[in-house]
Amino acid sequence: MSTPKLTIKDLHVAIEEKEILKGVDLEINGGEIHAIMGPNGTGKSTLASALMGHPKYEVTKGSVILDGEDVLEMEVDERARAGLFLAMQYPSEIPGVTNSDFLRSAVNAKRGEGNEISIMKFIKQLDKKMAKLGMDESFAERYLNEGFSGGEKKRNEILQMMMLEPRIAILDEIDSGLDIDALKVVAESVNSMKSPEMGVLIITHYQRLLNYIQPDFVHVIMNGRIVKSGGPELAEKLEAEGYDWVKEELGIEDETVESKA
Amino acid sequence: MSVDTEQLFDRQTVTQLSQSQQEPEWMLEFRLKALEAASRLRLPKLEKTNITRWNFTSFPAYQPEEAVKSAKDLPEHLQSLLSGEADDNLIVQKNSSPVVQQIDPALKEKGVIFTDLATAVREHPELVKKYFMTKALQPDEHKLAALHAALWSGGAFLYVPRNVEVEAPFQTLFWASGEKAGLLPHLLVMAEDNSSLNVVANYIADENTHAVFNGALEVFVGANARVRVAALHTLNDTTVDVSYRRAEVDKDGHMEWIIGELNEGRTVSDNTTHLRGQGGIALVKSITVGAGEQRGNITSRVHHWGTHTESDIMARGVMKDKAQNILNGITKIEKGASKANGVQAEKVLMLSREARGDANPILLIDENDVKAGHAASVGKIDPIQMYYLMSRGLSRAEAERLIIFGFVGPVLDTIPIESLRERLYGEIERKLKP
Ligand SMILES: Nc1ncnc2c1ncn2[C@@H]1O[C@H](COP(=O)(O)OP(=O)(O)OP(=O)(O)O)[C@@H](O)[C@H]1O
Ligand SMILES: [Mg+2]
Repeated sequence: MSTPKLTIKDLHVAIEEKEILKGVDLEINGGEIHAIMGPNGTGKSTLASALMGHPKYEVTKGSVILDGEDVLEMEVDERARAGLFLAMQYPSEIPGVTNSDFLRSAVNAKRGEGNEISIMKFIKQLDKKMAKLGMDESFAERYLNEGFSGGEKKRNEILQMMMLEPRIAILDEIDSGLDIDALKVVAESVNSMKSPEMGVLIITHYQRLLNYIQPDFVHVIMNGRIVKSGGPELAEKLEAEGYDWVKEELGIEDETVESKA
Repeated sequence: MSVDTEQLFDRQTVTQLSQSQQEPEWMLEFRLKALEAASRLRLPKLEKTNITRWNFTSFPAYQPEEAVKSAKDLPEHLQSLLSGEADDNLIVQKNSSPVVQQIDPALKEKGVIFTDLATAVREHPELVKKYFMTKALQPDEHKLAALHAALWSGGAFLYVPRNVEVEAPFQTLFWASGEKAGLLPHLLVMAEDNSSLNVVANYIADENTHAVFNGALEVFVGANARVRVAALHTLNDTTVDVSYRRAEVDKDGHMEWIIGELNEGRTVSDNTTHLRGQGGIALVKSITVGAGEQRGNITSRVHHWGTHTESDIMARGVMKDKAQNILNGITKIEKGASKANGVQAEKVLMLSREARGDANPILLIDENDVKAGHAASVGKIDPIQMYYLMSRGLSRAEAERLIIFGFVGPVLDTIPIESLRERLYGEIERKLKP
């Protein structure tokens, strides 16, 4: 398979009539790791959700192309099957559906009818990946995210990513709620998947995660736009000095999407 | 609308029915008295469901059928409801007659009785006379109970003596066949002290049969006995189905109900447990799935009389198309039932705009020193849950399916026979197909 390519052009997104993203441009290729940083409420999750097709987010302008296909034309499930994956900041809980039944359905949805994975093979893969993430076996038979702690939900998102092997993975604050050890485990898992077959977009507030997952590009989002891009050194500077210098440099007073740009 | 019961069923019909089952005099008298009551009594009053125009009375009172050689000779769709073991404890009733009866001889030796009720009336009159519609369900509660008392046929009688524990379920299948049919089976279950047993009751009608079911189930749970009853109704859209189920639970007895209401027509289902002795426990799990023009009123009720009694009612309803179901949960803690603990939750999932579902949780508490809780919800499938599942590649239909089965699954998974469970999964799947 060719290396994946996701191209976002001039993306505008509104939620309940309010414009949140005001023209985002970004290109992610297989093998690359991008990090997006930015203060609270600047539109990071909005970008992730709009890419995945969350029903509350309305794309009002712009384009998103994955491997030559128009993502915005696709239903949510089609986007997933095209190779897009979003580890969500707040994953849903689905009572009564076991983690393993759900994962098997998801794996089979990707593989397509007539090409379903054998149960034995599935269980073997699942066991292996759960062990790698330090998840107790019992999580396979527990209901999807129900009663999971914050950190357990995050690990479960990564488990899904590992089982589904996406072409473009977006990780929205995967580090929030993780203890130091879990952070390392999750980072190692992401690193182990690093290949030209997958591009990664990491949304985070903290340099700490980026110490473990080395990004190739770092972008700063404010006012619903990417206002600055650079290499890993940009993340270090933000960690040390905060966002004030960026705002000053660009003449931004209020960085949230509330401000009239 | 008042239906003149006397006109539809006269004393002669009832007498013939009684004679055909070779009943003793006392049973005939019991029937005739109930028949008289039926013409005088009103229909039960149901919360938010008007049943005055439903057909409860137009059916052939007595429709005998030939016995079948063995369960293997039953139609395939019936066999799929049974566990299919050679030593099954099984009674199949077609219209008015028991057509298959079998019991593991080893159980018979231990003193277990499992036979159609008409036979039990003749062979064990002392037990039947004492418990049949005298303590749990009464003929004069309302017109439907009286009609049942006057016109019951076939049915089953299960008696498990003290200290006898039976793992394999006692299976009963009540099957309506032909153009018109009336089934009024009565299941009388007696679990003596320290015994344990499982019962599965299936209610089914052939595709084009216009049937009236008016069934009753009475369960007596002895001290420290454990009883689990699964009643599964999968009747067609031209059938009216009435079920009155009662359990009386003695000290430290344990009663578990699993009720599957998957009818396509009209349903009145009333399930009541009385926790009489200290420390008794009642678990009530009920699933209602409605599609098309289905209508139903499903009541789950527990009365706490003894101290330290516990109950848990879990009712789930899934409704699509124009189905309308009322789910009532009633927990009553009587004066003197101190340290009782009663909880209940009714949840309804609506799959279409035109469907109607009501969840009515009711707690009635006449004692101070108790715990009680209830929860109820009526809602649609959460679009955010759908988004989450679809974001992993599941199609809309598959995501919806997972959520629905996740909703009913915890109740469904407690059904003790695997083939039956699978069949029900299939049945629900079929009903909910777009
Ligand atoms: N349903 C909604 N109605 C109105 N405004 C909303 C809604 N959802 C999100 N917003 C607003 O959109 C803006 C961007 O939110 P978003 O979740 O994208 O921020 P974020 O950058 O991910 O923040 P954080 O770092 O806190 O996760 C916020 O101001 C938020 O309040
Ligand atoms: Mg966010």
